[in-house]
Amino acid sequence: MIALLRRDLTLAVRAGGGFGLGLAFFLVVVILVPFAVGPDTEILARIAPGVLWLGALLACLLSLDRIFALDWEDGSMDLLATAPLPLEGVVAVKALSHWLTTGLPLTLAAPVLGVLLNLPTPGFAWLVLSLALGTPALSIIGAFGAALTVGLKRGGLLLSLLVLPLYVPTLIFGAEVARRGSEGLELGSPLAFLAGISLGVAALMPYAAAAALRVNLR
Amino acid sequence: MSQTVTAPAAVMAASGLACARGGIAVLDRIDLELAAGEALVLRGPNGVGKTTLLRTLAGLQPALAGRLAVDPEGVVYAGHLDGVKAMLTVTENLTFWARCFGTEPRETVARAVQAFDLDGLTDRAAGTLSAGQKRRLGLARLLVTGRAIWLLDEPTVSLDTASVALFAAVMRRHLAAGGAAILATHLDLGIPARSLDLSAFKARALIEHDDFNEAFL
Amino acid sequence: MSLWEYANPKRFMQISAAVLPWVAGFGGVCLAVGLIWGFFGTPEDYRQGATVKIMYLHVPAALLAINGWLMMLAASLIWLIRRHHVSALAARAAAPVGLTMTVIALVTGAIWGQPMWGTWWVWDPRLTSFLILGLFYLGYIALWEAIDDADTAADLTSVLCLVGSVFAILSRYAVLFWNQGLHQGASLSLDKEENVADVFYFPLLLCIAGFVLIFLALVLYRTRTEIRLRRLQALMARDRLL
Repeated sequence: MIALLRRDLTLAVRAGGGFGLGLAFFLVVVILVPFAVGPDTEILARIAPGVLWLGALLACLLSLDRIFALDWEDGSMDLLATAPLPLEGVVAVKALSHWLTTGLPLTLAAPVLGVLLNLPTPGFAWLVLSLALGTPALSIIGAFGAALTVGLKRGGLLLSLLVLPLYVPTLIFGAEVARRGSEGLELGSPLAFLAGISLGVAALMPYAAAAALRVNLR
Repeated sequence: MSQTVTAPAAVMAASGLACARGGIAVLDRIDLELAAGEALVLRGPNGVGKTTLLRTLAGLQPALAGRLAVDPEGVVYAGHLDGVKAMLTVTENLTFWARCFGTEPRETVARAVQAFDLDGLTDRAAGTLSAGQKRRLGLARLLVTGRAIWLLDEPTVSLDTASVALFAAVMRRHLAAGGAAILATHLDLGIPARSLDLSAFKARALIEHDDFNEAFL
Repeated sequence: MSLWEYANPKRFMQISAAVLPWVAGFGGVCLAVGLIWGFFGTPEDYRQGATVKIMYLHVPAALLAINGWLMMLAASLIWLIRRHHVSALAARAAAPVGLTMTVIALVTGAIWGQPMWGTWWVWDPRLTSFLILGLFYLGYIALWEAIDDADTAADLTSVLCLVGSVFAILSRYAVLFWNQGLHQGASLSLDKEENVADVFYFPLLLCIAGFVLIFLALVLYRTRTEIRLRRLQALMARDRLL
């Protein structure tokens, strides 16, 4: 499994695209928001946590179809399925490497973009924490969506349609933590829910995704 | 799959196996047995179901019916695609698969590279290899897995005469060392092998004109 | 005879052919009587006025939007466990009907909400949950349509239905947490003292019965179509093979 993780990370670094594209997308979305809602710093400060969360979510969505598609196209998936690695483990590793190449950089970049949107000072730590807790769930749920659509020629759009409703709870709790954090409110319960979703999804989703992959491999 | 009583030397045995492609049965009532040191060549026209049978034997898809007795940890499958990552070098590709299958990379990779004459290419990115070189890399993967039963789907595609001879030599050594293989190929490799013509096992459609069952046929 | 024999396509076709006209007819009658009684035979609500009568469409549609998904969940489980093709096809057949019910519930809700709350749409937890349910229906239908191989499609949509159900419940609670909302409590329930007044109660029950029967009739009809389609595909595939 470590070998697979190392290979996927090497591939992501060598192919470029991986980090760069998601981050650039995030940056562009956040920069476009003030053009759409006007430069009023007070309004921007109010919507900043939500906009940053939504931007991170969309940036995450962008690279989901690559989780399995590349290995699918060159036949590696067949070989991985007959390797001694359980398919559930393959899914977990793939989701982890997706998070390391998109979720983690997005989390680290978010405070910088927070400055652009006038995010109130107390909000920064909570924004980073909520993204750090929430983006793994986005990657794992996304891996399930990618497993469902991997056999399809034009699965990208369908993947978004399938995955976005599944993202609702994560988005609600994540953005709630960031919002309450920036307004200095109590945020224990949404934080606990967010962590609960991430952990629950990490524990159970690989089974569903592996089942979908097995069906697609037939 | 349930175990069946077979001759002691058999490493793989199937009886009454039926397999489907796209939900439709293509092959039916296949009995085959493979002993250590033996190679079996699948023959038959295109579309008869050679790939389907190999994928079923590899455990990638479930059989419709019948029994298959094989240790799933002893099988390695090589399909039409090589599973080669263009961005990784030849050595990195092989090292990854060696780690994946839990063999010692340093030793097995060197052996595989030598066996398929990839010596001069080890540090080249696989994406820059020619089709035949890539195929050789794909076949070299078989050696690093350390598994005994090879299931090969058209292994000689895009190989030149010299490479085919190389492959045949590897095959011969593998069989002599107690390995076994099932190949779908149209080429004569010059290795001692039984052959099995799949045309004889073509699934007969169940003709039921005014009565349709669970499978709609 | 076991219950599962109804899962044989041939038997299903025979029985559903016999049952379908009765279910559809009875449903139509129930709905017609319920609606006429409800619209003309009941007084106007002292607070809500005539708008309360939207209830006769809104409540049954909302009920079936949720129960339609539950039916799909049950059918998906049966397919995954027992591999009865009819079950998978029934789930497929129910999805567009369920989506229609969701849309009816949302639209009638908006029309009801306009005079009551002064706006067509509020991000109330119930409304939002229904919107998300509608998205789940859409995704489910889209996945069915996108996959060519019928058994693969049935397997994948069933897995999606299971996972989607878990997330639908999660979303429901997340949305409740997110916004407490304006929507009144449930109009009907078995364990609650406070139900709608009796004058509204019986026509509403009739409307619900009518909606349920029509829902069943539509699902049966669509399932029959799907079975015929599968039969046709199977025959064509066999033709190509021979």
